[in-house]
Amino acid sequence: MTEYKIPEFSANWAEEDKGKWGLVVDQDLCTGCQACVTACAMENNIPWVGEADAAYGRAMHWIRIERFWEGEYPNVRATPFQPVMCQQCGEAPCEPVCPVFASVHSQVEKINIQVYNRCVGTRFCANNCPYIARTFNWRDYERPEPLPNQLNPDVTVRRRGVMEKCTFCIQRIKRAEDRAKAEGREVYDGEIEPACVQACPAEALTFGRIDDPESQVSKKAKSGRGVKLLEDLGTVPRVTYLKGGA
Amino acid sequence: MSEQKTLYSPSSSVAHSGDDELEHLRREHLMLDPRPRGEMNAMVMEAMLTTSWKFKLVFAFMALVVIVCLFGVWGYLIAEGIGVAGLTNPVYWGIFLVNTVFWIGISHAGTFVSALLRVFKAEFRRPFTRAAELLTTFGLVQAGLSIFFHMGRVWVSYWLFPYPNERQLWPNFHSALSWDFLAINTYLLASTMYLFLPLIPDLAMARDRSTGWRKVFYRILSLGFRGTEGEWTHLRIAMNIFAFAILPVMFSVHTIVSWDFATAMRPGWNSTIFGPYFVIGALQSGLAAVAMVLVIVRSTMKHMTYFIREEVFDALGKLMLVISMAWAYFFFNDYMVQWYGGDQFTEKLLHFHEAGPLGWMWFAMLIFNVAIPWLTLWNRKIRRNPWALFAIGLGVNVAMWLERYIIIPLSLTINFMPFTWRMYVPGVEVPLGIGTLAFFILLYMAASKLIPLVPVWEVQEGQLAHTVRRVGKEVVVSVAEME
Repeated sequence: MTEYKIPEFSANWAEEDKGKWGLVVDQDLCTGCQACVTACAMENNIPWVGEADAAYGRAMHWIRIERFWEGEYPNVRATPFQPVMCQQCGEAPCEPVCPVFASVHSQVEKINIQVYNRCVGTRFCANNCPYIARTFNWRDYERPEPLPNQLNPDVTVRRRGVMEKCTFCIQRIKRAEDRAKAEGREVYDGEIEPACVQACPAEALTFGRIDDPESQVSKKAKSGRGVKLLEDLGTVPRVTYLKGGA
Repeated sequence: MSEQKTLYSPSSSVAHSGDDELEHLRREHLMLDPRPRGEMNAMVMEAMLTTSWKFKLVFAFMALVVIVCLFGVWGYLIAEGIGVAGLTNPVYWGIFLVNTVFWIGISHAGTFVSALLRVFKAEFRRPFTRAAELLTTFGLVQAGLSIFFHMGRVWVSYWLFPYPNERQLWPNFHSALSWDFLAINTYLLASTMYLFLPLIPDLAMARDRSTGWRKVFYRILSLGFRGTEGEWTHLRIAMNIFAFAILPVMFSVHTIVSWDFATAMRPGWNSTIFGPYFVIGALQSGLAAVAMVLVIVRSTMKHMTYFIREEVFDALGKLMLVISMAWAYFFFNDYMVQWYGGDQFTEKLLHFHEAGPLGWMWFAMLIFNVAIPWLTLWNRKIRRNPWALFAIGLGVNVAMWLERYIIIPLSLTINFMPFTWRMYVPGVEVPLGIGTLAFFILLYMAASKLIPLVPVWEVQEGQLAHTVRRVGKEVVVSVAEME
């Protein structure tokens, strides 16, 4: 049993290597079908913001499919789709800027978590996120019947004025760890699938432990096709993008 | 002007050539044009107690605007959420923080003019230090309000305070916003005390000359000041400490405001020169605001043409010109280094500033901040024309507001993820911004009727210290060291 202490005030944000979760996105396999976006919204109780707000860019998605093309119309060529979610940075720019510690690094899961009921809504974290991975609850969005019936009881329903973002489906990680503990074993590779990974029909997404060199996600990340988004900023992202395979 | 002419028309029996010069000096400088203490006190009291129907009309209108645009719209904003404002992904900060930075900038000049000129013993400061200090305090109120508008959950804003609680939760002192919160609070407290200290003798003066509720009001506020030697000594020591101590606080506040941006990982923000650049920008807009307020005070309040003379506008105009040059230097320095860095996103952003859909803002900023002050303020006649200075000051303030608009929502439009680039369209920020302006005017108007706007004792002290002597044919002005 680990003993958790209140973190001491210290400028050292580095973390241990053990227990890191990571994601691999194979852009050559991604079809841009948006199944991950939908699954994520269902799993994490993400509200539907309505047409007007969505058109103004306030659609609340923890994962988005970025679509680019090269050339001028009509001679355009599509480039691979790029699903972008929170990169769960090891040196997350969103963490030090929050004045109330609502954006913090989890000591256990080694991911960046948002404490919804601590958030006061300064939105500094979202500004400082180079991936624009955070979404803000601009209003209290309506959930007409029967939509409240499909809310995931494992995930907090957020109110207006707080920031939120991808958690790597921490509730699924926790459930699998609890089950493994009850059965007296370790969590095996591939046991945990965040909603996006589970829903991806092309199997473009892989989730697992990146501190375990034998895991699927580690092998893929080291396959030589891997790149990280904006790695030069020094954010140490946990998500690897695979691109350029034959 | 006509009033002064009748009072000081040169006597026809002037025989000595030096008398013309003396007369000129007297008309030019308040310090060389003393009046009896009783008369001057009565002038200030009359300026404070006279309210015209125009004043009441403007006051009522501002009060209405504050009730509707500030408290009404703010209530709507709190009830509905930030969605009624124009903020969106990725422009998470908008006009609310533009207004915050703008008002903090305005609030800088009050202290700058008052404390710096007091420390350097610049005599022309004497009649208008209080008018400038009021700008600081009321400007900071608007800045604070704008931060509260901005917060997603303003009802828990007290979490930013480091207060002991059972969960041992503290503010995050890594965050520039925490420093900002503390810096603004420090500045508000310090500037209010700095406003209050030199006010005490004037409040005592007002107490001795009023009746009814005003008597009670001034009696409480003047803290029993009777003008004994010991009280003056203590007051002088306290004011001296504050004048020196508030200067670093003033510099730190806007530097810390700039760190909100400079420490962030955004193209266009991550600039090491933002600290001094913001301080100079604050002085730029603040000095212009002081000039504007003085023009209005002078033209609307009784006897103010005696206290606020053209020498004041002349000096402020020179300061504005120097600060405008300094601002241009820092702007160029910031721009140059960012452009030279060659980062592709920064390059896109700089191009977007000047050639994007709101490129006119960028050009308007440079025209009103640099071109117009440089082309006009070198001229003595223009500097000494209050309404010309008012127009230039208004242009500078518009330009400085645009500068903050360019730095905040316009720069947030461009980021490292081109897929998310999106323009920002203001929503309820507009009525709330108008509301803060009206609230500022309302507070200022109320203060001008509640406290003596001219520090009478400082003017009298200055006049006592000045003497005019004649050495041969030369007229020599000398100032005695009093403090």
